Amino acid sequence: MNKATFYGAGFPYRDFGKLSGKLIVLEGADGVGRSTQVKMLRRWLEDEGYAVSDTGLTRSELTSAGLEAAKSGHTLGPITMSLFYAADFADRLENLIIPALQAGFVVLSDRYFYSAVARDSLRGVNRVWAKELYGIALKPDLILYMKASIPSLVSRLIHGRGLNYWEAGMDLHIADNFYDSFVQYQAMILEQFDIMAEEYNFITVNADQNPEKIFEDLKKPILELLHNRLTKGKKPK
Amino acid sequence: MLRKNDTKGKLIVVEGIDGSGKSTQIDLLYKWLLGAGYSVYFSEWNSSVLVKSTTRAAKKAQSFTPTTFSILHCTDFADRWENSIYPLLKAGVIVLADRYAFTAFARDVARGVDPEWVRKMYSFAIMPDAALYFRVPLDIAVERITGARASLKYYEAGMDLGLSDNINESFKLFQGKILNEYDKMVDEFGLTMIDGTKSVKEQQKKVRAIIKKILVGFEGLPNPNKSPISVTNIQAAKAKKGGSK
Repeated sequence: MNKATFYGAGFPYRDFGKLSGKLIVLEGADGVGRSTQVKMLRRWLEDEGYAVSDTGLTRSELTSAGLEAAKSGHTLGPITMSLFYAADFADRLENLIIPALQAGFVVLSDRYFYSAVARDSLRGVNRVWAKELYGIALKPDLILYMKASIPSLVSRLIHGRGLNYWEAGMDLHIADNFYDSFVQYQAMILEQFDIMAEEYNFITVNADQNPEKIFEDLKKPILELLHNRLTKGKKPK
Repeated sequence: MLRKNDTKGKLIVVEGIDGSGKSTQIDLLYKWLLGAGYSVYFSEWNSSVLVKSTTRAAKKAQSFTPTTFSILHCTDFADRWENSIYPLLKAGVIVLADRYAFTAFARDVARGVDPEWVRKMYSFAIMPDAALYFRVPLDIAVERITGARASLKYYEAGMDLGLSDNINESFKLFQGKILNEYDKMVDEFGLTMIDGTKSVKEQQKKVRAIIKKILVGFEGLPNPNKSPISVTNIQAAKAKKGGSK
């Protein structure tokens, strides 16, 4: 399909040539059910005959050890934390995501850098700085934003893996208990996502529905994207 | 693109290619300032404990790309910035840095990252009160390094750029590119150029004259027992201990 386009300068020392695959990003709050949807989408796309690759946040071999150590010690300042995540992101983008796209894969990314910008700006990091840092990021073909209300997030988490320190934003010291902190923190995150939904053209999907219904809503724009490619490919010269 | 120094402290940095003699000069300056009774803190490039474990592994595996190399060095800098350099400047300390953001602007751009992107990445940092650039011709610097050291390291020699299969040749080509970037920054950031071919003593005389001017009327943080400052990140030290068990 098209030449790689980036939000900023990208990787000027490398020419990636044409990327024949598609980059599809799933964004949304903690506990919204992203990983379940990624699994379902992957199975569906593979049934349709597409080669699929999925990639999550904080998975790069380069930085995962350092990031985990830092998280358990709480010693990193907000700018340092932000850069650590960016290094991890850059590593995965350059060494995993882009090569997969070159090879024609549909890449399902469980989150991208948008959540990082949201998280960082709530911790006093300059928002413009964080956005420009991610000038290295490839523009996805599709950004699907699973938007859920706070009550449904709370219910899902409490009946699922429980509330955790980081997802509740306890490090911000906005409340003295996990529940109140989670509610306030996620409301602030939602606000950030709403701003970015416009900035980056997210396709918003109502994630208050049951998983099957969400899945159907996610499939529609994906079908449209992939169908466009098929018809384009068949066009006579 | 660096912020103005709005702290009570003074920030003095030395820059230059490998073998320019800057570390010798800042060491002499450090001892002189300490002896004069100032509160002084010294910070070295690429020295944060938490980041080191990551960079060490990646260097060993030679898995850096120019971008990850660049971001991780900024992470290292940010860790030192947030935990020691900035709070100490706020307190009125004279902070000396052996290499600063300009090292990244020179090296990372020589590696091919976008000059504006890397400058913006470091924009949380302050423009130093003195940025001393020790300039030596390429041949002299290369001779100093290759003569003094048994072998060059992979990234230090810029082997990742594929400039040459010969490590000494690659080092020379890479340092040449870096030197070129430094020279461009003299005007851009107003770096103070010091002739690194002069004798150590002559250079130090010039350095002290420059710093004296900067310190006219400077009070700074009192240093009652004339002791040096060291910042220990307690948690990081603990983590390191635990890891080595």
